[in-house]
Amino acid sequence: MPISINGADHPLPDDPRVSLLDLLREREGLTGTKLGCNQGACGACTVLLDGERVLSCLTLAVQADGREVRTIEGLEGPDGALHPLQQAFIDHDGFQCGYCTPGQICSAIAMAQELRRGDPSHVTADLASGPNGPTREEIRERMSGNLCRCGAHNGIVEAIEQMLAREAL
Amino acid sequence: MTPFAYRTASDRADALSAHSGARFLGGGTNLVDLLRQNVESAAELVDVSRLPGSISETVNGGLLVGASVKNSALAAHPLVRSRYPMLSRALLAGASAQIRNMATVGGNIMQRTRCVYFYDAEGARCNKRQPGSGCDAIGGFNRYHAILGASEDCVATHPSDMCVALTALDAVVHIAGPDGERTVALTEFHQLPGATPHIETLLKPGELITAVELPPAGASATHSEYRKVRDRSSYAFALISVAGGLEVVDGKVADVRIALGGVAAKPWRATRAEAALKGLPATRENFLAAAAEELTAARPLDGNAFKVGLTQRTIAAVLTSLAGERA
Ligand SMILES: Cc1cc2nc3c(=O)[nH]c(=O)nc-3n(C[C@H](O)[C@H](O)[C@H](O)COP(=O)(O)OP(=O)(O)OC[C@H]3O[C@@H](n4cnc5c(N)ncnc54)[C@H](O)[C@@H]3O)c2cc1C
Ligand code: FES
Ligand code: FES
Repeated sequence: MPISINGADHPLPDDPRVSLLDLLREREGLTGTKLGCNQGACGACTVLLDGERVLSCLTLAVQADGREVRTIEGLEGPDGALHPLQQAFIDHDGFQCGYCTPGQICSAIAMAQELRRGDPSHVTADLASGPNGPTREEIRERMSGNLCRCGAHNGIVEAIEQMLAREAL
Repeated sequence: MTPFAYRTASDRADALSAHSGARFLGGGTNLVDLLRQNVESAAELVDVSRLPGSISETVNGGLLVGASVKNSALAAHPLVRSRYPMLSRALLAGASAQIRNMATVGGNIMQRTRCVYFYDAEGARCNKRQPGSGCDAIGGFNRYHAILGASEDCVATHPSDMCVALTALDAVVHIAGPDGERTVALTEFHQLPGATPHIETLLKPGELITAVELPPAGASATHSEYRKVRDRSSYAFALISVAGGLEVVDGKVADVRIALGGVAAKPWRATRAEAALKGLPATRENFLAAAAEELTAARPLDGNAFKVGLTQRTIAAVLTSLAGERA
């Protein structure tokens, strides 16, 4: 079975050693997803696999067989409008060099869904009842898998807060 | 990375038909990394992450967790959150949301140590990676290494948070192999290094972990906590961690569970401390004394002597908090 990337089918690589990240960047020319550490430690390579956030550097492309991958290139609307979170990153200076940004944005989109589902996090006080809303503490903990070497974290958290606040309207 | 073949196991029998030289693949968060670093190699990867796996109640009121269940799904499961909170907490304290979405229960149990010398296939000696080559962690950078149960051949720790809670909860590992099925208590599953640090578990070649079973939750499982001490507050491996559960009746310890992470080559069940506490008043002084008794066996290295006191205080803090006093 092929892999669906941003809605279009793509063949699996012949060599199973090819990571999903390399498939995206080297073979499909989708260079929005970034290679940072290539060992799971930075989150720059975060994409959505069947809607959930994963690290494409530690995923073999063959593991995504028959699944749907969404990358930063697949987030804008049909009319080319930015995803609300992309706009929020601009509004709040959620980046400096921009290298971690695609991973941050994919990660935060899945994080919003985890919050809506009521999934607990390490800082959730009451496990049984779930998170007490998208507090800064919750956002920071849930986004800890995405490092920013430029230190744009304050703007990143503000951008995510803006998206979550607009969603709640 | 040396070349390997890949196939998805269609069912358990198909997985068990893997030839020698094949390796099971869960989420790949550990194995893909180690293959890339040339620490491990495989002729074939047999992907077992798509085998059916669910979380279901057992007839006696326990919980059966399929090996392919994702760490994130286990942490968020309502019955785990309400009956075995230390397990949810341990999972949520591990890795990142992305990694927990990929990592499977089977892979988490089987994950290898994070010792930097184990990882350095080109530049370092490691008896675990290459039996007989020596151990560069002894006398090297060993801040993260073992204080309990280590040997002169290996001082590596098991890095899992999940397994610490599972150990405290008396979890049982279900195993299927070419010769049939068996179960092993998780406390017995991981091995101390001795002279054979490359032998890490009781799993035989070709055997597959199919599930983990939790016994019915008593008071000391449900009234439980997990505390992880690390160099940064999230997305870091443990320096040490404590899974604790406590049942107090009339001010005295009726039942207690304590397991430690980051201190040994296996998740460490603190049986001496548990035995010492049964029937004693649930006070911080008694918790500290019982923890000290467990740690009389500690043999710290140059870089991790701090772990002895840290572990003692963290055990006491967890139990004191569970006893309802201020830590
Ligand atoms: C950056 C980073 C940070 C991390 N931080 C933490 C942390 O703080 N705490 C923590 O606990 N963990 C942490 N981890 C480790 C993570 O939890 C493990 O990598 C993960 O649990 C492994 O699961 P997997 O399914 O991806 O295993 P895989 O990588 O697929 O496999 C690991 C091993 O298990 C074997 N295996 C898989 N399934 C089975 C089965 N069913 N039966 C028999 N053998 C099997 C494989 O052959 C392999 O040897 C971190 C990892 C990374 C990359
Ligand atoms: S590149 Fe994947 S986590 Fe750093
Ligand atoms: S903006 Fe530069 S790494 Fe985050």
